[in-house]
Amino acid sequence: MISFLGRTGRLALDQVAGMGRMFSFLMSAIFLAFRPPAKIHLIIYHIKTIGVDSLSVVALSGFFTGMVMGFQGYYSLRKFNAESWLGSVTALGLLRELGPVLSAFMVTGRTGSAMAAELGTMRATEQIDALDSMAINPIKYLVSPRIIASLLAMPLLTAIFDVIGIFGSYLVGVTLLGVSSGSFFAGMENSLVFHDVYSGFIKSLSFGLIITWICCYKGFHAPPMATGVSQATTESVVLSFVMILVWDYFLTSIML
Amino acid sequence: MIHVANLHKSFRGQQVLKGVNLEFASGKITTIVGTSGCGKTVLLKHLNALYLPDGGAVFVDGVDITKLSQDELYRIRSKFGVLFQGAALLDSLTVFDNVAFPMREKTKTSEADIKTKVSGRLEQVGLGAMGGKFPAELSGGMKKRAGLARALIMDPEIVLFDEPTTGLDPVLATSIHQLIARTQEVFGFTGVVVSHTIPQVFEISDYVAMLANGVIEEVSPPEVFCASPNPAVQQFIHGKTEGPIHVL
Repeated sequence: MISFLGRTGRLALDQVAGMGRMFSFLMSAIFLAFRPPAKIHLIIYHIKTIGVDSLSVVALSGFFTGMVMGFQGYYSLRKFNAESWLGSVTALGLLRELGPVLSAFMVTGRTGSAMAAELGTMRATEQIDALDSMAINPIKYLVSPRIIASLLAMPLLTAIFDVIGIFGSYLVGVTLLGVSSGSFFAGMENSLVFHDVYSGFIKSLSFGLIITWICCYKGFHAPPMATGVSQATTESVVLSFVMILVWDYFLTSIML
Repeated sequence: MIHVANLHKSFRGQQVLKGVNLEFASGKITTIVGTSGCGKTVLLKHLNALYLPDGGAVFVDGVDITKLSQDELYRIRSKFGVLFQGAALLDSLTVFDNVAFPMREKTKTSEADIKTKVSGRLEQVGLGAMGGKFPAELSGGMKKRAGLARALIMDPEIVLFDEPTTGLDPVLATSIHQLIARTQEVFGFTGVVVSHTIPQVFEISDYVAMLANGVIEEVSPPEVFCASPNPAVQQFIHGKTEGPIHVL
């Protein structure tokens, strides 16, 4: 019994210590991001890897999500003779929830996993130690630019997801199922307020931070071997997904 | 210049260093030898505080670097150049950019001056025509030489070499040794070499220190080291499994 309690206590302490290390890692990265010199060229490079390189997968998933919403929305609304509200339902769903969450999932799969693998490999091949031994802070060089880039890129990717999703829903609802184009856009215009756009923006911003934070941390502290890199990559993706959903719940409950 | 005092280090309950005491002579090359896994690299990584000890101290120019803030430590680290075991070149940069990297990050030197200095260093290590290649396109020996060029680009006072010839053929190993000796003569740095390429490494060493069972068993010039009556030294030099060094 005592050994069971001891093991449980040790596990709990390890988890708390791990969370503390993660938080301290994030604070260091944010603090160093504001410390000169600014790594503008690295920020631009990572905007490309996080933003531009994820564009096709975000656009494609947004398009099909919008089309599915068009079908499902039409099917549900038709029961109440409210098909004209399709534009409103789609826009609200995409802007407030699906846009930020699904684009964050896509970026996690496309870029977050690559970040964890890249940093994990750099750890295993002593490249991170090499930076440190050259008196170059590896968190400032490797992590801070990625965090700034993700904060800039995520809201833009989410906006693109939203717009293409609405277009997909329009194609299905108006072109395929015969909903009036005027009522599609009028419903959207009548029901959307700035707060809906704002809450989606805040979510995408915080999801960008979560993805970069978790994936960089896991890669940065990966055990220096091949299985360590794969383990770090898997853990970073799974933990990012879970944290995105948990944080989404909290933000939704606060901002509703 | 570097003095290690009563250094202790454990990993997951396994004690690797059990009270290492060692002084590295300024402007000389000291080679640390010992069996695989005895803690040579661990000791080397303590010298510029990449690892922090569980107990003991590491003094660089009289300053205990194990107790410094990060900014203070980075100032001390600017005195060091390090050649890592696998060279640790940054994958995303060309050989030229790897060698130029510390200058671009740590100094305000103009690009023209950086180009001149980097090209010179690459010539010295025999990679004058390889500046545009990426690390993945280089052989093991070329990577080591590029790593050496990067380690020397800031004219360091101290250079740490972690197994500079491991995995290389004997001819290449000798050429790397000669390169280390030649550059040490030119730049006059304090060199610390971790190696088990004996006896070849003795040719470039001013002192040889043997790490065994977590402590320094012997420190002496190579010729004295080879003639040492210390049974651990004799066991290591002659590759015997029986003796004071615990092998398996």
